[in-house]
Amino acid sequence: MFRTALRNVLAHKARLLMTVLAVMLGVAFVSGTLVFTSTISDAYQKSSEKGFTGVDVAIEPHRKSSEEDNPGAVPQLSQHLLDQAAKVPGAASATGTVNGFAAVAGKDGKLVGEGFNSSGANYYAGSGGKDPRYPLKSGRAPKGAGEIALDAKTAERAGYKVGDTVRVSVDGPVLTQRLTGVFTTDDGNVAAGGSLALFDTATAQQLYAKPGEFSRIDVKAAAGTSQAALKTSIEKILPKDAEATTAKELADEQSRVIAQSMDGMRTSLLVFAGISLFVGVFIIANTFTMLVAQRTKELALMRAVGASRRQVTRSVLIEAFVVGSVAGVAGLGAGIGIGAGLRSLISGTGATVPDGPLVIAPSTVVTSLVVGIVVTMLAAWLPGRRAAKIPPVAAMNSVHAVATTKSLVVRNTIGGVLTAAGAALVLTATSSTMMGLGAGLVLIGVFVLTPLLSRPVIAASAPVLRLFGMPGKLARQNAVRNPRRTAATASALMIGLTLITGLTVIAGSVQQAIDKMATGALKADYVVSMASMTPLSTDVDKKLSAHPDVTATSPLRSSPARIDGDHQSLTGVNGATMGKLTNLDFTSGSFSGLSGDKVVIDDAMARTKHWKLGSSFDVTFEDGKKGKLTVGGVYKGNDLMRGIWVDKETLAPHQSQIDDRQVMVKVKGGADDKVKDSLAKALGDNPAIQIQTKQDISDGISKAIGLLLNMLYGLLAMAVVVAVLGVINTLAMSVFERQQEIGMLRAIGLDRKGIKRMVRLESLIISLFGGVMGIGLGVFFGWAAGDLIKKGISTYELVLPWERMGVFLLLAAFVGVLAALWPARRAAKLNMLAAIKAE
Amino acid sequence: MTTTPFGAPAAVRTAAVAARATDLTKVYGQGETQVVALDAVSVEFRQAEFTAIMGPSGSGKSTLMHCMAGLDSVSGGSARIGDVELTGLNDKKLTRLRRDKIGFIFQAFNLLPTLNALENITLPMDIAGRKPDKQWLDMVVDTVGLSGRLKHRPNQLSGGQQQRVAVARALAGRPEIMFADEPTGNLDSRSGAEVLGFLRNSVRELGQTVVMVTHDPVAASYADRVVFLADGRIVDELREPTADAVLDRMKRFDAKGRTS
Repeated sequence: MFRTALRNVLAHKARLLMTVLAVMLGVAFVSGTLVFTSTISDAYQKSSEKGFTGVDVAIEPHRKSSEEDNPGAVPQLSQHLLDQAAKVPGAASATGTVNGFAAVAGKDGKLVGEGFNSSGANYYAGSGGKDPRYPLKSGRAPKGAGEIALDAKTAERAGYKVGDTVRVSVDGPVLTQRLTGVFTTDDGNVAAGGSLALFDTATAQQLYAKPGEFSRIDVKAAAGTSQAALKTSIEKILPKDAEATTAKELADEQSRVIAQSMDGMRTSLLVFAGISLFVGVFIIANTFTMLVAQRTKELALMRAVGASRRQVTRSVLIEAFVVGSVAGVAGLGAGIGIGAGLRSLISGTGATVPDGPLVIAPSTVVTSLVVGIVVTMLAAWLPGRRAAKIPPVAAMNSVHAVATTKSLVVRNTIGGVLTAAGAALVLTATSSTMMGLGAGLVLIGVFVLTPLLSRPVIAASAPVLRLFGMPGKLARQNAVRNPRRTAATASALMIGLTLITGLTVIAGSVQQAIDKMATGALKADYVVSMASMTPLSTDVDKKLSAHPDVTATSPLRSSPARIDGDHQSLTGVNGATMGKLTNLDFTSGSFSGLSGDKVVIDDAMARTKHWKLGSSFDVTFEDGKKGKLTVGGVYKGNDLMRGIWVDKETLAPHQSQIDDRQVMVKVKGGADDKVKDSLAKALGDNPAIQIQTKQDISDGISKAIGLLLNMLYGLLAMAVVVAVLGVINTLAMSVFERQQEIGMLRAIGLDRKGIKRMVRLESLIISLFGGVMGIGLGVFFGWAAGDLIKKGISTYELVLPWERMGVFLLLAAFVGVLAALWPARRAAKLNMLAAIKAE
Repeated sequence: MTTTPFGAPAAVRTAAVAARATDLTKVYGQGETQVVALDAVSVEFRQAEFTAIMGPSGSGKSTLMHCMAGLDSVSGGSARIGDVELTGLNDKKLTRLRRDKIGFIFQAFNLLPTLNALENITLPMDIAGRKPDKQWLDMVVDTVGLSGRLKHRPNQLSGGQQQRVAVARALAGRPEIMFADEPTGNLDSRSGAEVLGFLRNSVRELGQTVVMVTHDPVAASYADRVVFLADGRIVDELREPTADAVLDRMKRFDAKGRTS
């Protein structure tokens, strides 16, 4: 008996191990998230504080959106203001800054770093010809239009040395500059992996603003003057369209922005951690239900000798508390590891994270422990109550009372009501909150119904299982033997797969919708734009239209305007060529004659403004001049092609600075690589400019969505891992409970292989059941979300990713096989005699 | 009763040996904790004979049965079922042997709760992927009196009925030998008597071979022959036993055990 007792304890330990692991993974996810986000936000905070070391008060343009302004006016700060600011009492020095986008090409002609944080600024030579913000490591400051300085990291990455020729692009044309200096900087962008190119002030002003204008003026206080005092004295000289801020306020504001963005990230990560924990709850509840059932006699004896119900429940909860504490501590440890690992992983791939110490806040520790303990105890609460209901007489019965299989009627009714209510909510949802609420209800409802559903669904697998002979039949019957347990186990997997499938369906559909939107109405062979999504110089359009292979080009350029007192954006296009470059459906009129005061508008605007073909309306252009435009056509718009399109020549006289969002190009003989190379050459092989075919655009969209989806898969993988633990747990418990049966089967002639097969098939059935339910629900949610998404993306249509769904089903099967490895081995190794003799 | 309904002559029946142990030794543990459960036991079980193995707790009677039935490994000597030597067989071959040539009846019935009575009866054949012999099966079911309850699940049957299902399961495959381990241990005396009656009938009428381990003298009295075991050795044998005679012998061993 000692041997069986020992075996009991060991099996017990193993069973709790799975529970501990499940809780631990969830807690690790939570604490990992907290450690990672607080570490990162701390590091960003420190780097942003460093960025303000040379500044006490900053003067920036203040844009008031008052009616009397011209729609397009962007205020700038003048050299005069800078000179004045430097002379204000309490000011030690003043520095003017202009900055913007600057792509730096490496020696291979490709962009150095990521497009979006490649910036350029001016080297402001103050007293002594030095700019204290950018201490030079080697060489000298840039002087004149042909010179440039680079930050040390970028120079090192690209292999540039002082004296080299560097190709840079600001808004299109390539500038070939001589590298005169390499500097170090605390700039946050550079710390985050970006590049910074410095021009002399006059050149930078020409590139980014207007000669003599700055976008920011930094004033340094003289010794003994406080930031607040300096700000007060500066405010006296400020024009009305500028404002002063102390460095402290700026740093605080930046911290707030960082904290806010970190909050969002933390919340979304914690949602996924919550999902893992929720899945873990099923495993914990399952384990404790089993432990209680197995200890019926012991618990009844406690009741018989005088323990109250409350004491019995408490004993179960204490066990849960211990399990939760152990799991919480282990999870916290693992989470700290994850946090550290995540940071080095991210800085290893792109170096976009500033350095800083690992931050383990006391709140992280407390949260992790509380989450571990509360989740475990909550999950054990119901089994604990069930334990208290064991009558004392159960101790006397020779045949130990198997946990009563209560009727499922109540459960099924509740499940049915929840599912129906949830489904109704999902189908009539008008907001994402309603949708989410409904989806949650359906998920819970279906979970409550799974015991009911398990019988017919698993029975349907009988024809396939018949191929496996007796082990197949036994596996099927074992799987439906305890519907509640099977349901809880399968549900864990179901939840993960529902989310994965739902997201895949939606992402696939959205991708196709955006693709349709971006390329469906496009007849052009190429679309040329900046990699950074910053505006292109008008030179690009000129150069492209002059290219011998090009038959038509049109820019898309925006110009702010006011119509009926509302701000509206006018889109400037080449009226003569748009018909060749786009393929838009016109409900009335056409592109023909798009010139002068003729414009085309999208159908949505026609409806809201009650305009139709021939309607004319008043407009105030960006320079404040008034004019009259007439509708020459109404086209079917979408989220990318919409608004009022005007011939570019109509806009040109009103525009002080012309920026193109993109240029559409049609070439002789259609898109081909040679033409593309030749176009790129015509544009000076500019690293910052991308020339995309329709296919490139589609690929870009699918790549971006694929990346997002992969990230979500990664986050949901944790829930699946926890579900695997659940299946292992259930199988191990079942094998333990059925030792005697397995021993008998071995005795009467089922060999080890047969036993293994039986356990594996049971696992496979449970997992596939969860998989089928999850995929089904996921498709339902994906489909139901369609109406809601259609409001945002008009071209949205449900696309079912059959291939992926097949992969998910395979994944579920794989989970089943994987989870059965250990329990099946254990079952096959069971000592026949001990199994037969076991009570 | 010299012939079975299937006409096996009594002479052939008594001559053939269904199972034989020769110097069978089983040792548990090592060194100081070593326990000799079977000490060079030699015994034969003849075909169409009902043998009871008796002995006090720890005498090795269960171990003898387990070793003979290929459920446990042996430390020395030989165990044969028919002409197959069990020692040296690997797990796969032993399993097949148990499936095809041996029937088992356990104290705790050991039926599968998910299968109905008939499915439980044909389980060994289903495992082997064989079709049961319909005629034989019908007769076995009739003999144990389960005809009306074949569609019932074990939890819908009484203990006696469950054990009858177990007897039918052991018989259904027409094994060369059946081993029963305290088959009446969990039954009331009436159900126990029924089950023992079936075991005896299966020997007398169907020509089966049964080896039963028991410590109940009444149960042993149903057998043709009783083998007494003590301290891992065969100490006595009794033919055509009565309950009183068995009890008498048992008392003697007890007394001997106490005086020695």
